Amino acid sequence: MAGPGNGASASAQDSAAPLLSVRDLRVAFDTRRGRVVAVDGISFDLDEGETLGIVGESGCGKSVTALSVLRLAGRAAHILSGSIRLAGRDLLTVSDAEIQAVRGGEVGMVFQEPMTSLNPVFTVGEQIAEPLMRHRRLSRRAALDRAAELLDKVGIPTPRARLASYPHELSGGMRQRVMIAMALSCQPRLLIADEPTTALDVTVQAQILELLAGLQQEFGTAIMLITHDLGVVAEFARRAVVMYAGRIVEQAEVGALFERPLHPYTEGLLASIPPMEEDLDSLRTIEGTVPSPHAMPPGCRFAPRCAAVRPACRTIDPPLLALAPGHQAACIAHADYRLPAGSGQAHADTPA
Amino acid sequence: MWSYALKRLLSAVVIMWAVATLVFLAMRIIPADPAEVVLGDQASQEALAAFRARTGLDRPLLAQYLDFFAGVVHGDLGRSLITNAPIAEQIWAVFPYTLSLAFASLAVGTLIGVPLGVWTAVRRGGWIDFLGRIFALTGFSFPAFYLGIVLLLIFSVWLGWTPIIHSIRGGGWHEHLGKLVLPALSLGLIQAAYITRLTRSAMLEALGQDWVRTAYAKGLPDRVVYYKHVLRNIMIPVVTAMGLYTGTILGGAVLTETVFNRPGLGKLLVGAIAQRDYTLIQSGLMVFAFIILLVNLLVDLSYALFDPRVKYE
Repeated sequence: MAGPGNGASASAQDSAAPLLSVRDLRVAFDTRRGRVVAVDGISFDLDEGETLGIVGESGCGKSVTALSVLRLAGRAAHILSGSIRLAGRDLLTVSDAEIQAVRGGEVGMVFQEPMTSLNPVFTVGEQIAEPLMRHRRLSRRAALDRAAELLDKVGIPTPRARLASYPHELSGGMRQRVMIAMALSCQPRLLIADEPTTALDVTVQAQILELLAGLQQEFGTAIMLITHDLGVVAEFARRAVVMYAGRIVEQAEVGALFERPLHPYTEGLLASIPPMEEDLDSLRTIEGTVPSPHAMPPGCRFAPRCAAVRPACRTIDPPLLALAPGHQAACIAHADYRLPAGSGQAHADTPA
Repeated sequence: MWSYALKRLLSAVVIMWAVATLVFLAMRIIPADPAEVVLGDQASQEALAAFRARTGLDRPLLAQYLDFFAGVVHGDLGRSLITNAPIAEQIWAVFPYTLSLAFASLAVGTLIGVPLGVWTAVRRGGWIDFLGRIFALTGFSFPAFYLGIVLLLIFSVWLGWTPIIHSIRGGGWHEHLGKLVLPALSLGLIQAAYITRLTRSAMLEALGQDWVRTAYAKGLPDRVVYYKHVLRNIMIPVVTAMGLYTGTILGGAVLTETVFNRPGLGKLLVGAIAQRDYTLIQSGLMVFAFIILLVNLLVDLSYALFDPRVKYE
């Protein structure tokens, strides 16, 4: 697997010691129809205090990647290979007690569904206080005091009174604020936000994202922002990773990615954002659908849907390569793309 | 909540009336005449008639029915047809025995069933789960009285740890407790089988919920996730089942008390049925129905303790 490794070393040059460093991560799921590789050899870094967007359609493996960082991908998930280093320590090999100390302590997580992500039978105060009592060894009273401060920080009015509320008494936006307060309660170095605004109203979405950005400024927390919404990435992330069918197809600073996308898939995603100034009769889409993980096409996984497909795309599985400083893509159709000697073959041996 | 409780009590009154009527009619349908049972085959027609006249059995059915109801409404359970002793006193004398048996078997059922249900759910597919399922299946297929006989055979006959027949009355509390162990096990183990199955399936469903993942993401260990976060969420079905099993326990008590020769409501009723003691059977069954209704009302009212979303209309 030479390909993803190359891509990783390119980005590792940006920073001497990234906060989070994912290398050659492969995650498979056991399904009734057999084992399916949901994340297939991805590598990326996340610096201290940085916001990294991970973008892709549903099923591309972005949520599995996020959950794998905390080993929360579930019982059916198997991490086949790779490493996930947080400040140098491989989270995939540490003991259960150590990963429990990381969860909620060093790494906080916010999920997509605020309506179902809070335990319905415990008060909001109790749920926020829980990680504080566990990781910070605060007394119950001190933890509840801190929980009230956190509710205030996430913009919930009358925080003291809200401590005694149950989740069903709050709106979706309020619940997501509670989730954020909970995730940030122990001032983690990294916050993983898995589609934090997808389930919310558009107006609330912006509020939540602004809240996250503000809290990041205040706490210096790095954010791994999982989303299918390029607009969200454009506004809040410094760098972005574009995923397709379990692979990273492009990775760049957000400005470069939007101005000069190098992968046809990224281009397609950008083109499908409706322009504000024009009236359109129809929205632009990318033809076709994401390949089934049970039947990945040989060669480039995007080839069946690609407008710029060449015959070679159907046989060569392109690794992620740096095409410009800090900008990598996995597309042989690009003029600057030069397959490293032998590496095309290295990937041609991983058919579906 | 209070208006809800009141509504439930009113409906309980209606149910009690229906139960009483059914029992009253059922007693009159069963063959055999109490006068003949009490006085024997050789009794003269005059003696039988005198007995019927004394006990009111010669009066029209409707009059007997209304008499019975007048008594119940006034809180008077009447007198035994056979011994002429006040029924309330008889019931009250044995009630503590049945109550302690019910509580003890509920405790056995819960203390075994809930942890075993949690354990088999989180070890789903493993050998613990397999053994747990065998236990549950065996429990389903065993009648409590048969289990009681098996326990007696093992612990009294083979091992000689407890006497086979012992007088229950008298003795200190520890002696009572000792005599409670086998009957409580025979009723409780079967309950435990049901509660295990129920807890397991409720637990499996709950473990797939998003908030379980949130609990793990906070850094909580399995133990806290299972016994704090999940268990509280599945208390409603578990407690509901316990309420429903009250009926099973009381029904099982009838046979278990007979097998272990324990005094109690069940044994009192069995004796009354054998003697066709109409009034005692009627009143005894009313007490059974009342307990079951009361327990189920308490169960419904307890929901709000476990789930803040529950609102009583």
